[in-house]
Amino acid sequence: MRDSGPIFAQIADRLTDEVADGTLAEGERIPSTNELATFHRVNPATAARALSVLVDEGIAEKRRGVGMFVAAGARERLMRVRRRQFADSYVRPLVTEAHRLGLGRQELLALVRDELADLAAAAPAPARSTS
Amino acid sequence: MTPAIAVAGLGLRYPGRGGHQALSEVSFEIPSPSIVGLLGRNGAGKTTLLRILTGQGFASTGSVRVFGSPPLERDAVLRRMVLIREDQTYPDLKIEQALAAAALFHPNWDAALAATLLDAYELPVRRSIKKLSRGMRAALGIVLGLAAHAEVTLLDEPVAGLDAVVRDMFYQHLLADYTAHPRCIVLSTHLIDEVADLLERVLVIDHGRLVIDALTDDLRGNAVTVTGRTADVDRFVADRATLSRRALGARTTVVMAGRLDQRDRQLAEHLHLDVDYLTLQQLAMHAVDSAAGATLIPTGAS
Repeated sequence: MRDSGPIFAQIADRLTDEVADGTLAEGERIPSTNELATFHRVNPATAARALSVLVDEGIAEKRRGVGMFVAAGARERLMRVRRRQFADSYVRPLVTEAHRLGLGRQELLALVRDELADLAAAAPAPARSTS
Repeated sequence: MTPAIAVAGLGLRYPGRGGHQALSEVSFEIPSPSIVGLLGRNGAGKTTLLRILTGQGFASTGSVRVFGSPPLERDAVLRRMVLIREDQTYPDLKIEQALAAAALFHPNWDAALAATLLDAYELPVRRSIKKLSRGMRAALGIVLGLAAHAEVTLLDEPVAGLDAVVRDMFYQHLLADYTAHPRCIVLSTHLIDEVADLLERVLVIDHGRLVIDALTDDLRGNAVTVTGRTADVDRFVADRATLSRRALGARTTVVMAGRLDQRDRQLAEHLHLDVDYLTLQQLAMHAVDSAAGATLIPTGAS
């Protein structure tokens, strides 16, 4: 679904992801309407709408005459929201699909454990999104 | 604020027995700045409308206002506008002469931009326009259209005859110039999906009637295709307006009007349905199919 919603929402999602994974750090300047429009090849009004979504959600704040910046505490708030949504967004589909495939409880848990082990081996620190 | 373009009840019927009704009851307003797509099939009335907007054609009924004034025979208004037509004919001129003439007519002419674009599209300035290929002529139209920096810039099929690389260059130039000099730009095109992201608003004309006037963002997501096992698809689209349907064996694809909410998505997932948004081009195609068109127009669109 992510890639098919309105363009402004896709751009807002992408910026939100960048705040969540720290690519855009708190206090850092967010690209301007024109920079976003040129980069994504979209109408500047679309880019402006994406930025206003970030403002509405408290992720970005406007500093008059300077531009848009990542709001203080934005990352922490996003992480809280995403942790709350984690079960719905990821765990339920995982369990549903496992059930559909006839994977048993132990098999599923073993797969998750393997994945965790791989992750720990590859990156000792918490992984950052690569998207 | 006065809209850049305001059209009210515009109609054009060619005289004579069984005269063709080229436009009927067309009304819309376009604010500035904005980039608007004028979409529709061949012969739908797009070029006719653009000609009337610039006083190059006459309407039988209705009115046109550009920045509040009728453009017809008003030099002061016409100088704020530029129309580049796909079938633009030029007097027997060299490219450089056509540019010099345009520079005289358009008060905001940007000679530096013209030079940059001439270079980018590799146009030989000393060549006679008559000797240009179709693609070169289209590129010249783009140079004249953009460098005019007219407050109302009307581009009729600007990319017709251009290859994909040059079209992409044009979209880039258009956007860069628009962000630097925001104004009212209307462009008609067949290649709807190529320009979809650049358009703030779309007007779709069919058989001389305006069938869609909506913000692109509002339009997108107004219809979806749903694919899956026929029984599941039927369950999902029950009580929804469907625009088309095709089946292959036990699988069916239905185009369905209306937006999906969270519960719809969960149901689609539960039924293993593939759900895709229609592209702007597909939306426009369904909109001209008059039975379905009305359901696609977002409510509350101004």
